[in-house]
Amino acid sequence: MEFIVNKETKTVLITKEFDAPREMVWDAYTKPELLDQWWAPKPMTSRTKAMEFREGGRRFYAMVSPDGQEGWILQQYKSITPKTNFKLFNAFADENENPELPGSDWDLSFSEENGRTTVSISIYNESLERLERMIEFGFKEGTAGQFKNLEDLLASLQEPNTSLQEPNT
Amino acid sequence: MKRDVFQAIADPTRRAIIALIALHAMTPNAIAEHFDTTRQAVSKHLRILTECELVVQEHKGREIYYSLEIEKMKEIDEWLEQYRKIWVTRFEQLGEVLEVMKKEKAKK
Repeated sequence: MEFIVNKETKTVLITKEFDAPREMVWDAYTKPELLDQWWAPKPMTSRTKAMEFREGGRRFYAMVSPDGQEGWILQQYKSITPKTNFKLFNAFADENENPELPGSDWDLSFSEENGRTTVSISIYNESLERLERMIEFGFKEGTAGQFKNLEDLLASLQEPNTSLQEPNT
Repeated sequence: MKRDVFQAIADPTRRAIIALIALHAMTPNAIAEHFDTTRQAVSKHLRILTECELVVQEHKGREIYYSLEIEKMKEIDEWLEQYRKIWVTRFEQLGEVLEVMKKEKAKK
């Protein structure tokens, strides 16, 4: 899996290849009964309350922690090109489907080669601090000692295009 | 007001400042020399970084030195690492679901 964080464009790019035909991978992303089987990282579970996979439709689902706590998420489908691409707007929500803004814009692409399917997901966050909330919601398992070291991080900060700008406050 | 730490590092000049002072503490004047911008602009960046607790100030005589808060930087990295791990787990699970789907399809 490729996982690239571009702090400048506030985008996370995730790419992964699966040993399965594109149609099957597409179904796993777009049918609620399949999505709920894999979407939530264990020990969380995913429970889709409502879903219409069509442009203008939405998926309203809960991430449920082992002790039964629910975190609601609303995903609105903005555009769909069957078996190739779909875009959605993702936001935390309350249990009555009221989204908490800002959310994030997702762009998911599917391509197949020799029976293997590559999924590319780009997630644009107005504020990457939302990640902090996502992670606070139940994902804080033993990652101590798994830091990339600071040198790596600093190297990634020293990107070539350090064009100078006025402060953006 | 709580500053958004990711917003802070999304700015290229602030990232360049972080990279500079990671090596050693520097005064605002010394930092400003590295940029083709006003001293005021650099001060504003430093203020934002300070409010985000990414840098700390230290008074030495008449000078103020800015240095990087390494623990805070690690924190950012840790968040991102955990986010990455969510996707690793999620995709492992998707791989398992796809295997089941393939077996079911083969039966038909």
